[in-house]
Amino acid sequence: MSEAVDLLMSTSLWAAVLRIATPLIFGVLGALLCERSGVLNLGIEGIMTMGAMTGWLAVYAGADLVTGLLVAALAGAAMGFLHAVLTVPLGLSQHVSGLGITLFASALAYYLYRLLVEVGETPPTITPFAPLAIPILSDLPIVGPVVFAQTLPTYLALIAVALMAYLLARTPLGLAIRMTGENPHAVEAQGLNPLAIRIGAVVAGSALMGLGGAFLTTSAFNSFFPEMVQGRGWICIALVIFASWRPGKALLGALLFAFFDAYQLRLQTVVDGVPYQLFLMAPYVLSIVALILVARRAEVPAALMTPYRRGER
Amino acid sequence: MRLERRDDVPLGLIATAPIAAIVAALILAAGLIAAAGVNPGVAYGEMLRGALGSRLAVTEMLTRATPLILTGLAAATAFRARLWNIGGEGQFYLGALVTAWIGHNLGLPGPVGIAVLLIVGMAAGATLLAGPTALRLRFGIDEVVTTLLLNFIVILFVGMMIEGPLRDPLAFGWPQSVPVDGDFRLPDLVPRTRLHFGLILAIAAAGLTWLILARSVFGMETRAAGLNPDAAQFAGIPLPRTLMGVACLSGALAGLAGSVEVLGVTGGVTTTMSPGFGYAGIVVAMLAGLHPMGVVAAAVFVATVFVGADAMSRATGTPSFIADVIVALSLLTMLVALLFTTYRLRK
Repeated sequence: MSEAVDLLMSTSLWAAVLRIATPLIFGVLGALLCERSGVLNLGIEGIMTMGAMTGWLAVYAGADLVTGLLVAALAGAAMGFLHAVLTVPLGLSQHVSGLGITLFASALAYYLYRLLVEVGETPPTITPFAPLAIPILSDLPIVGPVVFAQTLPTYLALIAVALMAYLLARTPLGLAIRMTGENPHAVEAQGLNPLAIRIGAVVAGSALMGLGGAFLTTSAFNSFFPEMVQGRGWICIALVIFASWRPGKALLGALLFAFFDAYQLRLQTVVDGVPYQLFLMAPYVLSIVALILVARRAEVPAALMTPYRRGER
Repeated sequence: MRLERRDDVPLGLIATAPIAAIVAALILAAGLIAAAGVNPGVAYGEMLRGALGSRLAVTEMLTRATPLILTGLAAATAFRARLWNIGGEGQFYLGALVTAWIGHNLGLPGPVGIAVLLIVGMAAGATLLAGPTALRLRFGIDEVVTTLLLNFIVILFVGMMIEGPLRDPLAFGWPQSVPVDGDFRLPDLVPRTRLHFGLILAIAAAGLTWLILARSVFGMETRAAGLNPDAAQFAGIPLPRTLMGVACLSGALAGLAGSVEVLGVTGGVTTTMSPGFGYAGIVVAMLAGLHPMGVVAAAVFVATVFVGADAMSRATGTPSFIADVIVALSLLTMLVALLFTTYRLRK
C-alpha cells in the first residue's frame, strides 16, 4: 500500500494532473458559457471530436501548431453555430439538437478524416506541442515542474479560466450573458437582444470545446483516432453542474477529476489482481457521485433549456 | 418573418415531415459524397442495391433493423414522457451480457429457456434505467448525464467480464464471452441467412408498446406527464410512479434488444457487438415522431442506410462513415421539419 502513497509524492503525477485536466478545463468552460446564457450544449462530445480532428489535420497539412488550434476553435464554433440556430431562433429541443450535433460532428469528423488522410497500418502522426518551460518560474521547487513546464495549450486553458471568471463577473457583457440565462425577458426590456447573446455565447463556448478536443491531438497525443474523446465531453457537462456554473469551481472540479484519473492510471501499475477496467470506470462513476453530492445545492440558471420567443411566455 | 403556432396540425403534414427530413438529409450528404469524387446518384444507387437489391441484402438489412426497432421503441417511450434516456447503448449491453451469462449454463428446455433469457435481458435494461430515473426523482439529477456516463461504465464492465469470469476459453484469446447454449438460439426466419425470429419479436413489441401507450391508463398518464408535468400532477397523476414505469418499459426494450441480438445473431457478447444501436435508436424514435409503429419504418430506413453504406463504400470507395453522417443529419432535419408541423412562417 505504501507504493500507492508514494505515488502521491511524485511531481510527475501532479504534472499529469494538469495535463489531463487541460481538455476538461476548455470543455467545461465552453459548456459553462453556453449554459450561463441559457442553452444546454450536448453537442460538446462531437464538437471536441471535430476540434481534435480539424486541429490535427491542419497541422498535418503543413500549418503550424497555433494555427491548428485556431482551426479547431473555428470548426468548433461552426458546429456551435449550427446548434445555436436550431435551439435559439428556432427554439428546438436543446437535448435532441445537442445529441444530433454530437452524432453529426463526430460522424463528419471521421468521414473527412478517412477521406483526406491516407491511413495505413498505424495512424499518421504530427510533431505535437513541446513543453514550454517558463523562465525562472519553472526552476521553482515542486511548483516549477508541475505548473510551469507544461505545453502552450495548458497555459491557455488556465488563462481562459481567469478571463472567463472576469468576463462573467465583472463586465457588462458578462452581466448580459448571465441575465439572458436567468431572465431573457428582462434582457429584452433593457433593449438588448437575448437571441443574439445566446447565439454568441454558444458559438464562443463551442470554440472553447473545439480547443479542448485539439489539445488531445496536438499535445496529449500526436495522431487522431476514432472514439478518442471517450466521454470527456459528457464529463464536462457533469462538471458544470458540480461547479454550480462558476469558472473557478469548474477549474477545481476539472483538477480534482484529473487527479483521480492520473492516480488511477498509476495505481494500475502497482496494484495487482484488480481488473484494469475497474480503474477506467472510476472517472465515470466519480462524475455520477459528484452529481449526487452537489444535488439540490446546484444553482441552475433559471432560464436554462427554456427557448425564448418574442411575445410568447 | 416570424413563427406562428398552428391551431391544429394537419395529419398529412405529420406524415410528410419524416420524408422531407430524409430527403433533405440525403441532399446534404450528397455534397459530401461529391467531395469524395463520387457521383452521388451512383453512390445512392449502390446503397439501395446493397440494402435491398437481393434476397440476401434484404435479410441482412432486416437483421440490422431488428435491434434498431427495439432501441427505437426504448427511446420513443421515454421521450414521450420527457424522460431523456440516452443510455440505450448501456442497457443494450447489459441485456446482452446477462443473457449470455445465464444462457451459457441454464438447464431448461429450449423455448422456456429463451423466454427466461429474454425476460432476464429486459429486467437488466429496466434496472439500469431505473437508477438514473430514481436519482432524478429523488435528487433532481439530470438523467441525460447519468445515462450517458453509465454507457461507458457498462461497456467497461462487459470488457471486464469477458476478459474475466465469462471469458470464452475456446476463442483463442479473442475477447468474447462464453456462448449461449445452442438450444436457446432463436430460429432462422429465412434459411441460410442471418435473419432470425427476433424480427417478429421486435414488431410484436412495437404493437404491444403502441397498445400500452395509446390504449391504457398508464399510456395516457405517460403522455400527460410528458406534455405538462405540473398539470398532470394537479390532475392527480402520480408523476414519480409514472416516470418509474416509463423507465422500466424503456429500459426493458433496450435490454431486450441486447438479449435478442445475442440469441439471434452473435451467440455471445463482445464489446464491439453494437455499432451504436442505442444512439441510433434515438434517431429512429425521432424520425418516427415517437410513434411505436412509425419506429418500425424508421428502423428500416436507418438499417438501409447502414447496410447500404457498406456496399456503397466497397463499390465507390466513399468512406462508410457517410452512413453515420446521413443518420445524424436526418435527426437534425427531422427536428426542423417537426418545427414546421407545429409552427408556420408568417410575413
